[in-house]
Amino acid sequence: MSAPTRTLTAHANGNHRITEPAPVRWVLTTVALVFLALFLALPLAAVFSQAFEKGFGTYLLALKEPDTLAAVKLTLITAAVAVPLNLVFGVMASWAIAKFSFPGKNLLITLIDLPFSVSPIISGLIYVLIFGRQGWLGPFLEAHDIKILFAVPGILLATIFVTFPFIARELIPLMESQGRDEEEAAMVLGASGLQTFFRITLPNIKWGIIYGVILCNARAMGEFGAVSVVSGHIRGITNTVPLQVEILYNEYNYTAAFAVASLLAFLALITLAVKSVAEWNVRENMEP
Amino acid sequence: MSIEIESINKQFGSFTALGDVSLSIPSGELVALLGPSGSGKTTLLRIIAGLESPDSGRILFNGEDTTESHVRERKVGFVFQHYALFKHMTVFDNVVFGLTVRPKETRPSKGEIRDKVTELLRLVQLEGMAKRYPAQLSGGQRQRIALARALAVEPQVLLLDEPFGALDAQVRTELRRWLRRLHDEIHVTSVFVTHDQEEALEVADRIVVMNKGRIEQAGTPDQVYEHPANPFVLNFLGNVNLFHGRIQSAGEGQPEADNSVSYVRSHDVEIDRSQHDSSSLKAEVKHIQKLGPSVRITLSINDSESFVEAELTRDVFQNLDLQQGEQVYVRPRQVRVFAEDYQI
Ligand SMILES: Nc1ncnc2c1ncn2[C@@H]1O[C@H](COP(=O)(O)OP(=O)(O)OP(=O)(O)O)[C@@H](O)[C@H]1O
Ligand SMILES: [Mg+2]
Repeated sequence: MSAPTRTLTAHANGNHRITEPAPVRWVLTTVALVFLALFLALPLAAVFSQAFEKGFGTYLLALKEPDTLAAVKLTLITAAVAVPLNLVFGVMASWAIAKFSFPGKNLLITLIDLPFSVSPIISGLIYVLIFGRQGWLGPFLEAHDIKILFAVPGILLATIFVTFPFIARELIPLMESQGRDEEEAAMVLGASGLQTFFRITLPNIKWGIIYGVILCNARAMGEFGAVSVVSGHIRGITNTVPLQVEILYNEYNYTAAFAVASLLAFLALITLAVKSVAEWNVRENMEP
Repeated sequence: MSIEIESINKQFGSFTALGDVSLSIPSGELVALLGPSGSGKTTLLRIIAGLESPDSGRILFNGEDTTESHVRERKVGFVFQHYALFKHMTVFDNVVFGLTVRPKETRPSKGEIRDKVTELLRLVQLEGMAKRYPAQLSGGQRQRIALARALAVEPQVLLLDEPFGALDAQVRTELRRWLRRLHDEIHVTSVFVTHDQEEALEVADRIVVMNKGRIEQAGTPDQVYEHPANPFVLNFLGNVNLFHGRIQSAGEGQPEADNSVSYVRSHDVEIDRSQHDSSSLKAEVKHIQKLGPSVRITLSINDSESFVEAELTRDVFQNLDLQQGEQVYVRPRQVRVFAEDYQI
């Protein structure tokens, strides 16, 4: 909607200079590009060049290492649990927040933002505080032989916590901008609550969901801080991909470390690509 | 289907959106809810539809209390101010939505649905647009699709919220005449909201004038225009001049001084070069404004602070050949007098 308006303004202004003089533009653009190259492109290139330094064969071998494979598997499991759970929660929470008013709404919005505002280390420590040996539930868990901390459940919980806001945060403004008109129209036409949700609400937020899911997934697979606190770093059992990279790096196994890191870099690139498509579509779906 | 609105009250927080509103709408009528912005028109319409629930009062359809029944069950057609078409669906899918959400037993067959769409698109004069998306339609076309979608479920009551509000003047006039013809064809009880007096006067069987959450007057267009119940209605249906004290109209006797207010519509002000009788007032032409077919003239009454606006047809104006600054006589053709304390 905004693009044509901008063109119109430019036309209406005709000969008037509405941009900065050429040298200023050049300097600004160059600074921005150099900055991007230095801090984003260069590290990315470094990761891949280090990973492939000793050839493609070594690269593959490093990835086939059993502990690394286990780390990849754990990361995939973590994402497979955290993303769907946060998807369901995110859609429900943003629907409630955007379309209805109820007591405690502002509290809910604040709570959704909480994981964004605390350091991931703190997020991890919260779980140590709850489930650790000295924690609130520690004695109970020990008595029933349930392992949460330094085991897969702890990693799942920490990941779900830090990725909690991504989908809801994306959907709330989108749904608010769309208003309730279409849903009301559907209800007047006789649609039930579920029919309205699946046939009207969901298609309207489809791209917002994809956008949120892809960001949530990237964070779930890449989270280091919170997971590091609750994982216990048990090789082949509680290491996720980022933790595995750190271990390999600390052992001066640079090629392997960068090979595994390149997996995360690929994830980042794919995420970026899908994100920009989704972003474009979300903007199309926003009301002017 | 007749609609009975019985002493509806609606508060938003401490704000009274509707205060004790009662109205009965006979079956098959086309009724206009007319009033300024914020007067509660949309709120009343939404309460009739069941999209909003009243704090107290009842809505009866054909004598049956619907207050407790859900929007879904009321079987009304609702056309939203901004159309609220389903953006991700084609025109076809939009129009048939109300049929496809029905449970299997009552859902028409695919063939019946297709016939229905063809028939409705012909009714709203948009044949051949079935495959388009709402974004590919003009404002007026979207409005008509919204109407077709509402009519597809064969509602017993049709509610339209400022159906032509977002359209330009010409499309507006065209569509409202079309709506009138459509109503004469299908005769469904209809209520439409507008803040355009001309629209209400032209289209509606009955006009309900609302102000500040209350009904000021309800009646036929002639009744509310010719016999406004109070200054608000008079003022809302056309430009009026206001005189403190009682003034006399052409041919009346001496004015009596009291604390009432006299109102004269601007097209009821006559301008003359010579004094007719005692009702003529001497005035100076201050300003002349040509507005298409009519001309608006602002005059200041001599020996007083008051200004008068007169509206003449172009013919009359040209015959008089008025000039700015000229001394003339004005004479009210028709005066309406209301008690002083009424607040517009
Ligand atoms: N959901 C709401 N919450 C609070 N106040 C509301 C709400 N809906 C309407 N109002 C208030 O109620 C009053 C009447 O609103 P309503 O929408 O019925 O006016 P309207 O006559 O349709 O006006 P317009 O011609 O501008 O559409 C307004 O002052 C509005 O601010
Ligand atoms: Mg309104």
